[in-house]
Amino acid sequence: MARPPVEKANKRKYMLEKLSGRVFLFCALLSVISLLLIIGFVFFKGINPFVAEGYSFINFLFGDDWVPSEDQFGIFPMIVASIYATIGALIIGVPIGLFTAIFLAEIAPKKVAKIISPAVQLLAGIPSVLYGVFGLAVIVPFLQNNLGLAKGQSLIAVILVLAIMMLPTVVTVSETAIRAVPKSYREGSLALGVSHIGTIFRVVVPAAKSGILTAVVLGMGRAIGETMAVILVAGNSLIVPTSLTDSVRPLTTNIALEMGYAAGVHQEMLFATGIVLFSFILILNFVLAKISAKGGN
Amino acid sequence: MRSFKDNVLRGLLWLAALLTIAILVTIVGYIFYKGIGLISFDFIFGDYSPTGGGGIWPMIVTTIYTIVISLVIATPIGILAAVYLQEYAKQGRLVRMIRFATESLTGIPSIIYGLFGAVFFVTTLKLGMSIIAASLTLTIIILPVIIRTTEESLKTVPRSYREGSLALGNTKLQTLYKVILPSAMPGILAGIILSIGRIVGESAAIFLTAGTVAALPESIFSSARTLTVHSYLVTQEAGDIELAAAIGIVLIVIILILNLLATLLSKILNKADY
Amino acid sequence: MVMTTLLSKHNKKVKEDLQQMTESNGKTKISVRDLNLFYGEKQALYSLSLDIQEKEVTALIGPSGCGKSTFLRTLNRMNDLIDGVNITGDITIDNENIYQSTDVIKLRTKVGMVFQKANLFPMSIYDNVAYGPRGQGIKSKKELDKIVEESLRGAAIWDEVKDRLKTSALGLSGGQQQRICIARAIAMKPEIILMDEPTSALDPISTLKVEELIADMKKDYTIVIVTHNMQQAARVSDKTAFFLNGEVVEFDTTDKIFSVPKDQRTEDYITGRFG
Ligand SMILES: Nc1ncnc2c1ncn2[C@@H]1O[C@H](COP(=O)(O)OP(=O)(O)OP(=O)(O)O)[C@@H](O)[C@H]1O
Ligand SMILES: [Mg+2]
Repeated sequence: MARPPVEKANKRKYMLEKLSGRVFLFCALLSVISLLLIIGFVFFKGINPFVAEGYSFINFLFGDDWVPSEDQFGIFPMIVASIYATIGALIIGVPIGLFTAIFLAEIAPKKVAKIISPAVQLLAGIPSVLYGVFGLAVIVPFLQNNLGLAKGQSLIAVILVLAIMMLPTVVTVSETAIRAVPKSYREGSLALGVSHIGTIFRVVVPAAKSGILTAVVLGMGRAIGETMAVILVAGNSLIVPTSLTDSVRPLTTNIALEMGYAAGVHQEMLFATGIVLFSFILILNFVLAKISAKGGN
Repeated sequence: MRSFKDNVLRGLLWLAALLTIAILVTIVGYIFYKGIGLISFDFIFGDYSPTGGGGIWPMIVTTIYTIVISLVIATPIGILAAVYLQEYAKQGRLVRMIRFATESLTGIPSIIYGLFGAVFFVTTLKLGMSIIAASLTLTIIILPVIIRTTEESLKTVPRSYREGSLALGNTKLQTLYKVILPSAMPGILAGIILSIGRIVGESAAIFLTAGTVAALPESIFSSARTLTVHSYLVTQEAGDIELAAAIGIVLIVIILILNLLATLLSKILNKADY
Repeated sequence: MVMTTLLSKHNKKVKEDLQQMTESNGKTKISVRDLNLFYGEKQALYSLSLDIQEKEVTALIGPSGCGKSTFLRTLNRMNDLIDGVNITGDITIDNENIYQSTDVIKLRTKVGMVFQKANLFPMSIYDNVAYGPRGQGIKSKKELDKIVEESLRGAAIWDEVKDRLKTSALGLSGGQQQRICIARAIAMKPEIILMDEPTSALDPISTLKVEELIADMKKDYTIVIVTHNMQQAARVSDKTAFFLNGEVVEFDTTDKIFSVPKDQRTEDYITGRFG
């Protein structure tokens, strides 16, 4: 049987169909292209001093001194500051955020939750700079006066600002996860004579675990990547912090403070700092994914 | 014994919630308290004056420029990319790769976007520190947001619309613009509004790509500062908390309006559950 | 495996029966030969062969999941939309092999479809009915008006909606919506109309209306209808095919199927002794 011809009027449609499919595919590929460009350019710039100009990557990671004018580029103090600040913010922000989420989803009267939840959600969208402004105007002087510090800008100030900043994200995402736990779980546990609170902590929260972990990952992402708010309250000293009251300079801060005037190797070292920051985020995400996978078994 | 433990836990839940609310109310309250004195017509619409007492009109204009440019580029690309993923792609390696890339873009911190923008748009493409360089950087930042929200709202369009249209001899393309996109529109708009919020709140990436010139931009190739960057700089350089807080009020009001719009649109979308 | 060979032997017999019938009846509109369909690994249709006559109503009956919808959707290539569907065998409509042609648009304008649940678009009644013709490039208002009126009359719903053509189609009752769906299909001036349980979501009175409509449409269209309602099959169809596990067990005139079924399984099914 001969293949019947395509009707003339439809030919154009099929051509358009093919063409549009290609255009759509190209648009979708743009996000892949963007990612490759970002990785390519940032890595290319950041790796250059180590492969082409003989700088030691070990000295870069573990060196204590960052003195661009003397050709010294050690980011160890910043790595420590970033890790401390992130962990500290998680220790404060996650429990408070999670408990607030549990309260809103399980304890609060519907009417109250209906007002508070959207308000918290709204706060997740407030520009992070404003948290920094608040930190500098309120938290820093408070610490200065009450802890008797010479300078209130410190690791603890960074931790507090980041903890506050991640609160809305942690609350909103965990609340959604907790609300998504099927009613039958709760009823099953209550029917066994377990108290309301007992049910929440033994059944509901474990069931919402993966969503809560997502909340933690997102909150952490905000904390470790935050820049402008941190600059305002960190003090930006280049020392390895030994106490919560030390002035610190996390990785992000270093990049933003010096990009404006850096050139040559100095600038490339800032890109290298960016790579380290990015690697941290990847590692942390990976670790958390592992934890959640383990918890799932 | 058990009820004692219950009571402690219950108390902690209340405490955490009250603390969260207190902190957040304090922050917003403080910003309004500090900044409200400066808010006036002249403040919003006045020119910037380095000696103080000026307005923030140049920063508002710059912010609007960045919003418009990045949306004009990211919206069509994002929508079409989502259409590809939801309506055209067969599940497989390619789609997984695109999804992976989109998710990874979401996780990149804005300072890294700033670095990329600085080396790629500012230096390599020779756009210089400028509104256009910042907007292009923002385009990549909001692209995953638009793709994800569009995908979500495409998912809510009933399969029967697609089948109905195709069974009537329409092509996929015709089905797309006549039935699917109109039905998904409220959700797509909500995504666009979310992106505006992201743009308005962004600072680090813009700081590294648009620079800090505090004047009304002559063109999109001028260096300029947005509201958030301005708020940062007046705090950092001059310690002018009042001014920073006043800008904060403007930002919060913008975010509030955007949120209300997004809520309204998603309500419309939910109602349109035929 | 043994099962399959047995069944395909059985199928050969059906084919022979069919050939006899074809000779004794009118013009063959759709001819299906040795049709197999796979959803990925899973086979859903097993070497189907049957001929559907022009301007007759052919009913497809059988228990849930036996492949009626799947078969129906092969006739306008709606299964092409599903990833991983594989089809072997031939379907010819008016002696044209529809799986050799690449012109699906032409096929779907010729073969209309009405779905189980009314699936009108969120537009006005008028726009719904005009949707197909517009897609074919008809723009003239006069022409569209004419098509819309004719189609709505054809679906016996003109009088009920003529005063509210510009209002949303989704405000109509379920039965009205389904008849608008039929009008929407008619508007394409198809030659064949496929209906997949068109009345299963309707109340008895709306069901009767649609059945009357089908009986009336027979003079202009070839109709293939899937139904779970035995009486409906008996009332509206000329021929009936009984499907079971992806096979056609028996295909004959409706009278014979319902009064003197040849196969025990057919008899069990129509007398309700099945599953
Ligand atoms: N998209 C699909 N992917 C995989 N398997 C499918 C798909 N659609 C249908 N099937 C399978 O094919 C078989 C036939 O399904 P079909 O929908 O054709 O049955 P049916 O006779 O129309 O049933 P019902 O009377 O319930 O509508 C079933 O076993 C079903 O599970
Ligand atoms: Mg079916």
